[in-house]
Amino acid sequence: MITSAAVRKGLYALYFVAFFLYLFAPLAIMGAAAFNESRFPTVVPWQGTTLTWFQELSRDTAMWQALWTSILIAVCVVLVVVPVGTAAALVLTSLHARARGVAYAVMVSPLLTPGVVIGIATLILWRQVGVGGGLFLIVVAQSSYIACYVMLMVVARLQRFDRTQEEAALSLGASRVMVFRRVLLPFLAPTLIAAGFLAVLQSIENYNTTLFVRGFDTPLTVYIATKVRTGLTPAVNALALIMIAVTILGAVVYEVLRRREIRRRRSVSAH
Amino acid sequence: MGSPPGGLSNSLRAIPEIHAMSHSVELADVGMSFGDTRAVSDVSFTVESGEFFSILGPSGCGKTTILRMIAGFLQPTAGSVRIGGQDMKGLGPDQRPTAMIFQSLALFPLMPVWENIAFGLEARGMSRPDRRRRAEALLETIALPGFGDRMPGELSGGQRQRVAIARALAVEPQVLLLDEPLSALDLKLRQHMRAELRSLQKRTGVTFIYITHDQSEALAMSDRVAVMSAGILQQVGRPRELYDDPETPFVARFVGETNALAGKITQSDGMHVGVETAIGPMKGRARQPLSPGQSAHIYVRPEAMAISRAGDQEPASPHTNQTEVTIARLDFEGAFALVHGATNTGETLVAAVASTGLSAMPEVGSKAIFRFPAEHGMVLADG
Amino acid sequence: MGELYDRFGPALSTGFVALVLMWLAGMVLAPNLMMIDYALRPNLTPSEIGTAADGYTLSNILYFFGEDVHLAIFFKTVWASTLVAAVTLVVCYPLAFWLAQTATRGQTALVLLALTIPFWINEVLRTLAWYIILAFRGPLNELLLATGLIEAPMRWYGDGGVLAGMVYAFILFMLFPVYNAIESLERAQIEAARDLGASTVRIHARIVIPHAKAGIATGCVFTFMLAAGTYVAPALLGAPGSRWFTQIIYNWFFEGGDWNRGAAYALVLLVLCLAVVLVSLRVARVSLADVAR
Repeated sequence: MITSAAVRKGLYALYFVAFFLYLFAPLAIMGAAAFNESRFPTVVPWQGTTLTWFQELSRDTAMWQALWTSILIAVCVVLVVVPVGTAAALVLTSLHARARGVAYAVMVSPLLTPGVVIGIATLILWRQVGVGGGLFLIVVAQSSYIACYVMLMVVARLQRFDRTQEEAALSLGASRVMVFRRVLLPFLAPTLIAAGFLAVLQSIENYNTTLFVRGFDTPLTVYIATKVRTGLTPAVNALALIMIAVTILGAVVYEVLRRREIRRRRSVSAH
Repeated sequence: MGSPPGGLSNSLRAIPEIHAMSHSVELADVGMSFGDTRAVSDVSFTVESGEFFSILGPSGCGKTTILRMIAGFLQPTAGSVRIGGQDMKGLGPDQRPTAMIFQSLALFPLMPVWENIAFGLEARGMSRPDRRRRAEALLETIALPGFGDRMPGELSGGQRQRVAIARALAVEPQVLLLDEPLSALDLKLRQHMRAELRSLQKRTGVTFIYITHDQSEALAMSDRVAVMSAGILQQVGRPRELYDDPETPFVARFVGETNALAGKITQSDGMHVGVETAIGPMKGRARQPLSPGQSAHIYVRPEAMAISRAGDQEPASPHTNQTEVTIARLDFEGAFALVHGATNTGETLVAAVASTGLSAMPEVGSKAIFRFPAEHGMVLADG
Repeated sequence: MGELYDRFGPALSTGFVALVLMWLAGMVLAPNLMMIDYALRPNLTPSEIGTAADGYTLSNILYFFGEDVHLAIFFKTVWASTLVAAVTLVVCYPLAFWLAQTATRGQTALVLLALTIPFWINEVLRTLAWYIILAFRGPLNELLLATGLIEAPMRWYGDGGVLAGMVYAFILFMLFPVYNAIESLERAQIEAARDLGASTVRIHARIVIPHAKAGIATGCVFTFMLAAGTYVAPALLGAPGSRWFTQIIYNWFFEGGDWNRGAAYALVLLVLCLAVVLVSLRVARVSLADVAR
C-alpha cells in the first residue's frame, strides 16, 4: 500500500516536471535566443552573448508600425465590444425563456465558429459594398466574436445584481437613464474594465481571423508570421521577451492588487 | 456598533415641513393578473391622509402586489389607484409622490451613505453642495451624524435601516410604502424599530402603508389594518375590530390565536345564535342573522376561556358555554401560559391564563371545566 | 422586449437593441449568409455576370468532393484535430484534477497564474517558440544527439511538430473547463469511493469523469474547433506533406483567386465544426449554456 502510494506520488511528480517543462521551456529557449549572436534564433550553438538584437528591434520601424497598428485595432475593438457585449447581456437577461435560448445560441455562435471562417465571411460581405480588407474590417471581424466574451462576463456579473436597487432608485424619482448611470453601471464597472482588458489581449493576439481581412495592413501577429518567411532574426525573440516580461509584471501587479483588495474587504467586514 | 436608541424619533421633530404633505390613497376595484393567474381581485379600500395603514396576510396573499401597484412598479389590470385624489394610471414609480422602503432595504452599496440619502435629491436636480447639506441634516435626525462618508456595508443592521428611512424621507414623499422592512432584524431591534417607526409616522404625519405577515406587528403599529388572503381583501378595520369582531373565518383564524369549533346553526335570534357542535350545544353571537341548518364555526379567543376544577360546574346559563376537558399540556410563555384541554370527542381547546394565576390551575392529566361567555363566542358561517 | 423597455426606458432600450442588432445581424448573420451565397455561385468573369451562367449551383461543393487531394487533407485535418483534442485532454487532466481536488488554495492561485503567462503572449509567438525548438539544427535535436538518443538530427517539422505546437497553444482552453468541472465535485465523494475500496482508475472512471463530463466535452469541443480552424501552427510547423485544410482555403482566396470556391471550402469547415459541436454536446448531454460560461 505504501509502495503504491509512493509510486503514484513519484509519477505525479514526474508528470509535473514534464508539464511545466513543456509549458516554460519554449518560453525560456525563445527568450534566451534573444541574447545569442547567431543570426538565426536558436540557443545551440551559443555564438556569444549580445544585446545587438534589442538594438535591431528598436531600429525596426516596420515592427513599431505593426505594434502601433495592433494597438489601434485593439482600442477600436474595445470601443465596439464593450457597449455591444453589455447591451447584448442586458437584452438577453430581459428576454423570456424560449426567446432567450435562441438569442443565446446566436450570441455564442461566433465562439464556436473557426476564426478563419469569421474572417472569410466578413471579407465577403463587405466586398459586396465595396469595402476591402484593412483596419476597418479587422476591427469588425475581431469584434464579432470578442463581443461574445464581454457578453458572457456581463451576464455572469448581472446574475449577482440585486434588482431592487433599481426599483429603490426609481421610487426615489430617478429617471431610467439615471438609474442605469448611477446604479447599474457602477455595479458593472469592474467587469467592464476586466472585459475591456481581455478584449485588448484577444485582439492583439488574433491571427487566424485577421489574416483574411487585413488587406494591406500589417498588425503585429501578421508581421511576426511574415518574418518567419522573409528572414527571422533574434530581434523577434527580443520582442517576445519584452512581451513576456510585461506580461509577468502585469500578472504580478494584478495579483498584488487583488490580494490588497481582499485584505481591505476583510478589514471592513471585521468592523 | 450599537446605535443610541430613541434618537431618531426625538430629532425628527426638526423636520416640520414634512407635515401636512401627506395624501390619501384610494384603491377602487383593483385587480392584477399575471397571465392566467390572478394575484389580486377586486380590492377596494381608502387609506386616509396621515394614517398608519398596514396590509396583513400570509406570504403569497397579494399584499406585495398591492404595494407595488401603489408604488407604480405594476400597473393594475383592473380598477384604479388614486393618490391625493389623482388617478395614477400610466405613471411610473419615478412620477408618483411615493417612496418605498424595501425588505432588503436596497441601499446602493457602491455609494457612500450621504449619496444614498441624497439620491432622490440628485434625481430632482439639486446641486451637490445642497444635497450634501441636506444629507447631513438628515443624518443628524437619524442620530448618525458623521456617518456620511461611510459605505453602507460598514453599517450595522439597525443603522442601515435608519439610512433607508432617511433616504426615503429625503424626497419628502406624501406616501411612504414599507415592504416588511423589519423582517431582517433580530427580535429586540425589531421591537425597538417598531416604536420608532410609529412615532416617526406620528411626528411627520406622512401616510404610511406598511406590509407585513406578522400580525402582532400590524396590530401594534397601525391605525387600521387590511387583512388579505389569496388575493382577496378580507376585512379592513382598526386592530381591535379585527380582533374582537372578525368578519370572515380567515380573519378570525389569522389574527390572533383562536379556538374553532365546527357545528350547525340550530337557532338564530338576531345576533344571538345557537350552534350544535361535536361537544354539545353552544351559544354565541353572530354579525348577521344566520339560518338554521347552515354549517358554521364558533370562534373563541384563548383568553376568553376560563378554567375551573372539575366538580365546580356552574348551573347551565343562557349566557355561558362550558365543557369538560382533560388537561393535556401546559405551554408556559412567560407572561401567560396556554392550557390545552382535550374534550371527550378528541378536540383540543386552548385557554390562556396569566402566569400569576398559574398555581391555582388543575394539574396535567386531571379533569377541568373550560367555560366562556356567549358574547365571546363569535359565530361565522363557513365558506 | 417589453421588460427591457420597462427597465431602461425608451432611449436606452432602443440603443441596446440597435447595438445588438448591429452585432448579430450585421456582424454575425449577414456575413455567414453572404458566405453561403458565395459558396453556391460560380466564379464568374465580369463579362459573364448576368448571363445564364450567373445562378445558384452546387459546383463548388461538388468540386471539393471530386478533388481527392483536398478530401484527403480535409479528413486528415479532422483526424488530426481530434488527436489534438485527445492529447490535450490527456496532458491537462491530471493537472486539472490536482488543482481542483488536492492543491491548497494558494497553490491553485499560483499555478493558474503561472499557466496564464504563456497565454498572454500571442498564438504566433507561442508557435514561434516551437519553430525554434524543432529546427533541424535546433535545441531539441542537439539535446537528443548529445544524450545519444538519436544518431542523426531528425526533421520535426510536419505532423509531429504541428501536434506539439497545437497542444501547447490550446492547453488553457482544455484546462479551465475541466478544472472548473472537477472543482465542483465534492471531495467527500472521492473519499467515500476510496473508503469503499475503489481503485484509483475506478474512481476516475466512475466518479470524477462522469461528474466532469460537461467540462471535458466543452474543452474538447473548443480545442477541436480551434485546431481545425487555425492557420498559424500548420503554416509555421508544418511540412509540405502536412498541409492543413485552412491552408487550402487561404490559397483559394489569396493565390487561386477563386473566392467562390474558397467560400465553399470555408462553408465545409464551418459545417464540420458545428456538427462536431452539436454531436458532442448531444452525446455528452450538455446544453449550450454550460459550454460558454
